[in-house]
Amino acid sequence: MTKYDAVLVGGGHNGLVCAAYLAKAGKNVLVLEANETLGGAAATREFAPGYKVSSCAHWLTHLSPQVSKDLSLERHGLALAATDLNSIGLAADGQHVTVSGDSVAGDTVSAADKQAYTEFHRKTMKFSGLLAKAFAVRPPKLVESNFTDRLNLIKLGLGMKMMGREDMSELMRLALINMYDVMEENFDNEALKALLSFDGVLGAHMGPRSPNTVFGYLYRRVGDVHGYRGPAQVKGGMGAVGIALAEAARSVGVEIRTATPVAKINLRDGRAVGVTLATGDVIEAPLIVSNADPVTTFEKLVGYRNVETGLVRRVSQIRMRSGVAKLHLALDGLPQFCGLDESQLGQRLVIAPTMDYIESAFNHAKYGESSLAPALDISIPTIADHTLAPAGKHVLSAIVQFAPYDLNGGWDAHREHFTRQVIDAISPYAPDISQRIVASELLTPVDLEREFHMKGGHWHHGEISLDQVMMMRPFPGATQYGTAVGGLYLCGAGSHPGGSVMGLAGRNAAQEIIKRGADA
Amino acid sequence: MNRKHGDIMMLETPFHSRVAALNEINEWDGWAGYTTPTAYFDVELEYFAVRSTTGVFDLSPMNKYRITGPDAQAYLDRVMTRNISKISVGRVGYSVWCNDAGQVLDDGTIFRLGESDYRLCSYARAMDWLSWCAMGFDVHIDDESDGVAALAVQGPTSCSCLKAMGLNAIEELKPFGLTHFDFEGEDLMVSRTGFTGDLGYELWIAPHKAEALWDKLFAAGKPYMIKPIGSSALNLARIETGFLQAGVDFVSAQDAVRPGRSRSPFELGLGWLVDMNKPVFNGKKALQREQKEGSRYRFVILDVEGNKPAHNSFIFKGKKQVGTVTSAAWCPTAKSNVAFAQLEMPHGQVGDELVAEIYYERELQWTRVLAPCKVIDSAVFNPERRRMTPAPAF
Repeated sequence: MTKYDAVLVGGGHNGLVCAAYLAKAGKNVLVLEANETLGGAAATREFAPGYKVSSCAHWLTHLSPQVSKDLSLERHGLALAATDLNSIGLAADGQHVTVSGDSVAGDTVSAADKQAYTEFHRKTMKFSGLLAKAFAVRPPKLVESNFTDRLNLIKLGLGMKMMGREDMSELMRLALINMYDVMEENFDNEALKALLSFDGVLGAHMGPRSPNTVFGYLYRRVGDVHGYRGPAQVKGGMGAVGIALAEAARSVGVEIRTATPVAKINLRDGRAVGVTLATGDVIEAPLIVSNADPVTTFEKLVGYRNVETGLVRRVSQIRMRSGVAKLHLALDGLPQFCGLDESQLGQRLVIAPTMDYIESAFNHAKYGESSLAPALDISIPTIADHTLAPAGKHVLSAIVQFAPYDLNGGWDAHREHFTRQVIDAISPYAPDISQRIVASELLTPVDLEREFHMKGGHWHHGEISLDQVMMMRPFPGATQYGTAVGGLYLCGAGSHPGGSVMGLAGRNAAQEIIKRGADA
Repeated sequence: MNRKHGDIMMLETPFHSRVAALNEINEWDGWAGYTTPTAYFDVELEYFAVRSTTGVFDLSPMNKYRITGPDAQAYLDRVMTRNISKISVGRVGYSVWCNDAGQVLDDGTIFRLGESDYRLCSYARAMDWLSWCAMGFDVHIDDESDGVAALAVQGPTSCSCLKAMGLNAIEELKPFGLTHFDFEGEDLMVSRTGFTGDLGYELWIAPHKAEALWDKLFAAGKPYMIKPIGSSALNLARIETGFLQAGVDFVSAQDAVRPGRSRSPFELGLGWLVDMNKPVFNGKKALQREQKEGSRYRFVILDVEGNKPAHNSFIFKGKKQVGTVTSAAWCPTAKSNVAFAQLEMPHGQVGDELVAEIYYERELQWTRVLAPCKVIDSAVFNPERRRMTPAPAF
């Protein structure tokens, strides 16, 4: 039997990144993935005969260029079908607002707003630049900090100082407030305010008026720092990221087994010593690295009863109930969107006409209801990538907010009704959409949880908010990827810096493990 | 309970009517929201009832939690430092429990009433912590603090009192054993446990039968000189026999707000309650580290020269202050002046000679005494009758 140095539980993108870095450092690594495919929430699947779609994340916005380069992802087949896409805030009358990197266009946008946006973008990029630096290393611990931690803290503090006095105090002020107020301060155009604030709540259980949404926006802009002037579309769908990562990992000697669910992480005298597969087979290894979210890792795989109560308490309090659903439509032809030509249909289309529209949509989610008029982030990937649908046919993928995980009365009874409501929300902008639909699929947070083994269906493996980032992520006591269980590490989006198909959690975890050497 | 304007804020125990009638000097104190007597007539005489005849203490305010369900034992094994599987049905065990940092939250007794049926008695309210601990276990936790009335019946003639009351074969009950009797159609649980270090029992009954139980016990115990006792006499007895009092001899890690004020089981002399062979329990990792790196403090019992109790004294080794006293008393039966102290490591090995700085007041004049004291290896009162089965009849 092969002796492994490390077993990765989960072949999501972070798991594969972590495995590849560990293998590059000479470790014998085995990746166990429950699903047939690799990449986790970076997935492509056929939801109707001949129609394929990115079934969770549908844009590539954050992938770390460092990871991409270190693992030669392009050489291993990662290709982009479209890059630097615009975000278009749709208006029913065709008076759209288009954000393109640092500029904004649209007939309804005043010159003052255009200028204000460029300035706003400059400032946020400065803040996000600082964040990006902090994202690339393990988060420093505030107590018991050692030299590395102190250095990282000093770098972070120095970085803030270097921004200049005004920008620094502005960052301190902005970081804790909400997008709604910041938008009101900076802009007049309602559609522009809504389009930008939607970036602050994307994937979160928050409305524009929720605190932490400015941080959510800055988090989003870290993608720009990573070189994405706008969302990119992966050729073959997001699943191609997983395939390329798997190729990269295999090329450095990682062994990968798919359709191999792990039932249990085994402990001996408080230390992780191996895993038990669903089949009952046991695989031993001195290091177990979990790509699963922290709650799934401890509640399901380790078992709450096998660790101490304080740890259970922290894990169980992580906020990770998603408010996001995915709608997939198979279309027999390209729908007409008022005021958009075909080339524009391949961009990122956002339905969120006003901030109040988003906030109202969120209000429902707070009380366990789905939004009557949800806010949508739409991709029609077949414009740039014909491989996803039969010739002349198209697919539409929409991120739908909000759809609470714990919907009153459950999702089964509500699924069709909500699907209808989402389509109704698109119809004012694309009147012929209903006639084009040949098949549809709604993935509720409960489906996303089951499909991708993410507790609460949360695609970031835990809400991105100031109380759950940096040294608080995933929870105090596990901030540097190691946990209270010896030999057990976390490498998923639940760990610093978080989700968004970035790969840095996996890379940072691997670096920490390598750094600790025999003490890991 | 119906309360009306003018009522005192404190709750009354199910024995209150009887307790109040006997409380000749009207000395009351609060305990877990209940009003309870510190003394009925005279602390020393009450103490001597415990040591010479029988003293009865109303311990109804004790926090009681019923823990049931298929995982009850596994659950308690994770909460407690000791091995719970070693407590068989019909037995009682003393234990402490810790947080993840290996710091003591509380101590208490665990009564195993059935295969998967336990009662935990604790000093502090514990529902919050017990509920957090229950995540991942199939257990049910019920706060029965107000649903069970309890009396401690302690002293050499206690067994005779209970026999006279009609509790047949009670003398066969072993220390830390428990058994059941029918009392006027209600279950009366009797355990051979207590906080005095003497032969003694604790009686557990539904509140509506409390007064009847008290009356019957006191009627039967009359020839055996049965007396009610308050918390001051109990305190004297427990110091004499070496029992720690939560909240006095240690601060619960849950309540300690200043860093370093909580204590580990090792630092309280309770290392014998820690079973490192269990795969997991709260505090295990931290306690393993402590075993490796050493404890900060040591709990000691001091035999202090003279007859002035070393209340709140600083303890010196030469000129260096090495600790403080948490409990102290002149112990009448053992005739020794005992103090419990927390000493900084490495001080406090058995036989260590130290000095207690004692202040005492007589007629408004304060006097300072530097009393030599010595670390002793065990409590000063530990009579044979405490362990004998059948229990001796006095």
